[in-house]
Amino acid sequence: MARIIVVTSGKGGVGKTTTSAAIAMGLAKKGHKTAVIDFDVGLRNLDLIMGCERRVVYDFVNVINGEATLNQALIRDKNCNLLYILPASQTRDKDALSQEGVGKILDELKKDFKYIVCDSPAGIEKGAHLAMYFADDAFVVTNPEVSSVRDSDRMLGILASKSRRAEQNEEPIKEYLLLSRYAPDRVKLGEMLSVDDVQDILSLHLLGVIPESKSVLNASNSGTPVILDEKSDAGQAYADIVARYLGENRPHRFIDDKKGFFRKLFGSK
Amino acid sequence: MSTDSQKMPYTPPALEFKSSTFSVPVLVLSSDDLLIIEQQLQEKVDLAPEFFKNSPLVLDVQALNKQGYAIDIAALTELIRKIGLLPIGIRGGNAQQNRQALELLMPVYSIRSGGVTEETQKQKTVTPEPNTELDSDVTATTLITQPIRSGQRIYAKGDLVITAQVSAGAEIMAEGNIHVYNTLRGRALAGVQGNTDARIFCFDLQAELISIAGNYKVSEDLDESVRNKPVQIYLQDQALIIKDIVQHH
Repeated sequence: MARIIVVTSGKGGVGKTTTSAAIAMGLAKKGHKTAVIDFDVGLRNLDLIMGCERRVVYDFVNVINGEATLNQALIRDKNCNLLYILPASQTRDKDALSQEGVGKILDELKKDFKYIVCDSPAGIEKGAHLAMYFADDAFVVTNPEVSSVRDSDRMLGILASKSRRAEQNEEPIKEYLLLSRYAPDRVKLGEMLSVDDVQDILSLHLLGVIPESKSVLNASNSGTPVILDEKSDAGQAYADIVARYLGENRPHRFIDDKKGFFRKLFGSK
Repeated sequence: MSTDSQKMPYTPPALEFKSSTFSVPVLVLSSDDLLIIEQQLQEKVDLAPEFFKNSPLVLDVQALNKQGYAIDIAALTELIRKIGLLPIGIRGGNAQQNRQALELLMPVYSIRSGGVTEETQKQKTVTPEPNTELDSDVTATTLITQPIRSGQRIYAKGDLVITAQVSAGAEIMAEGNIHVYNTLRGRALAGVQGNTDARIFCFDLQAELISIAGNYKVSEDLDESVRNKPVQIYLQDQALIIKDIVQHH
């Protein structure tokens, strides 16, 4: 049975698209045929992060309007042949999406794919609503600061009351917390909320902590999902997250400040 | 005979009269100063804007008329509509006020059926008799086991029991008592229909606002000594009392 995962947050700039790209790649690398959809119509970014921006012919809105077939619009990833990207339209706005149209595309994708990752736009308006409406699982990406946590809480409320599963009284969406841009040393100084502080407010199942890392910016600039950078801390954090989501039991990392003596002395990368 | 039935096919009745009882808030006025009424009504509405939005309302001017203040119904109705409530009737009005109401297409209710408001006001001295009025319609307790997230709103006609946390930015309201067996960070309003005997119980008080029958305190007014603790909140002489749930003797 295919599963639809929404990557959402409420707040912007917390790492939704980075996360969507990384986990979609991670799931495909594990042998699951995966599609990742950019719901941020008008502000598309996923194609850049995935490094396929120069191969975009048709987009999500074209498929909804019947101007292209799904197969024409899906772009196969250059690093992994089990991963496909459905880019957003840059020239339209979110009103071009309709619930019926999105539902139809997702139904069609479900026949062929194991996982469908929906990269939600920021906010709680139409685009974000449609991205989460059909979801089975939600990855709530949160930064360790109060406004991000509150926006995530608001989004969790919407997941619990406005989704298709909520409306049809089905089993609720499974919600997972991904704490991104985490810096243990700043937590220690009291400049950042700790994992426990965030969990105290959200009480969610923690899927993983992604450390603040230069590798994320480098990955974005080069158009390769950070999970492919296996040496980087953020890449490893996403690999852990995908493994945990698939049922593996891996201990949490990157929560404590565990820099070794020499790395402290010479500074870390 | 068969031709008859063909000529006049059976049509099911298009309508039917049934008797039904509704619970509608009554606005008892004790001042004829429209400015003061507007200000105080707005304050009440601001406490629970979603709940009061387009809420029906019956105007009770009996007490006002007894004091010799005959308020202008047309002006009063206009003011109330402006605030977003919908007056659907009047009671206790004099002949002119009743005529005014009818001109505004508002029915005139007799005062006999509605001694309730006076009882509600006196309930402190009486045994919980007014509760029968509240309870007669719905006594059911609403139980919620999922977290109430920021932006969510819960309204319970009877008591409200929540076993999960209530987030900052959430709003929970009950006509009866509110029990939160977890952390209460949002807004909690008990006795929203005027039940001054309603109480709020919570396991960990961090609320943004607490209110009983319209008497409220915001977070800033909460004493540090009652924060982050299991407490109960009730009304005594129109003042909110916040106390440990466990009474130490």
